[in-house]
Amino acid sequence: MIRLPLALLFSAALFSIGVYGVLARRNAVMVLMAIELMLNAVNLNLVAFSQYLADLAGQVFALFVIAVAAAEVGIGLAIVILVYRNRETINVDEVNLLRW
Amino acid sequence: MGRRGEPRVTPQEVAFGIVALLGVGAALRLVTARNVVHAALYLVVTLASVGAAYLVLAAEFVGWVQILIYVGAIVILFLFGLMLTKAPIGREALDNQQRGLAALVAVAVLIGLAALVLAAFPWSEARVQTVHVRTADVGAVIFSGYVLPFEAVSFLLLAALVGAVVLARKDEGER
Repeated sequence: MIRLPLALLFSAALFSIGVYGVLARRNAVMVLMAIELMLNAVNLNLVAFSQYLADLAGQVFALFVIAVAAAEVGIGLAIVILVYRNRETINVDEVNLLRW
Repeated sequence: MGRRGEPRVTPQEVAFGIVALLGVGAALRLVTARNVVHAALYLVVTLASVGAAYLVLAAEFVGWVQILIYVGAIVILFLFGLMLTKAPIGREALDNQQRGLAALVAVAVLIGLAALVLAAFPWSEARVQTVHVRTADVGAVIFSGYVLPFEAVSFLLLAALVGAVVLARKDEGER
């Protein structure tokens, strides 16, 4: 038996570290890594609640989130490489093509 | 409330605590590392410890999928991304000026989430029964109740594959 709050606190810690990473990093690849941390925190919650409620739907959704995260990383890195090829930088503070 | 004779801290909790500390420590190093490749290696440790946490929670299939897809595939993608983009190394190059503000927001998020969690699930009451989940059961749930999302995910992966190839390839005649 595991106390549910233990798993939820682990997940909360990972999520807030991910929030810090997204806000503080300038390198686009590092920002993507921090986003992965946040997605992992969500997955951990899904699996913990799935075991807590004895309902497998949570684990099925965790698997879907993992698949979508894989697609997101693929597209995200392709965009980063494209930006690097065109602008010679992947510093998210300098990439402001879409800024109003 | 622990009943008399029942151990207050179960072995699974000790294992989960160790895994969680490892994961949080590696995640902290990940967002503060000055070398991008080191950060990717800390990402491996964090993702593996989340996978280990799934295994401790007895969610075997999700745990191994985590190891296979995240540690095996996504980290490799990240390493390729780092090596194809010449990333400057050092604190000023990697972190922006709003570090302090970002840390403040992150701590606020952590405190808010922890307060919510502990208010909703008192520390000594809510317990996860670590019943071993067989892969066959997960498969039965996916293919009985979630066939349409499953097909949508496969379509999404195909679209992402094609999209990534189209975005990242060099066109003929371009340089």
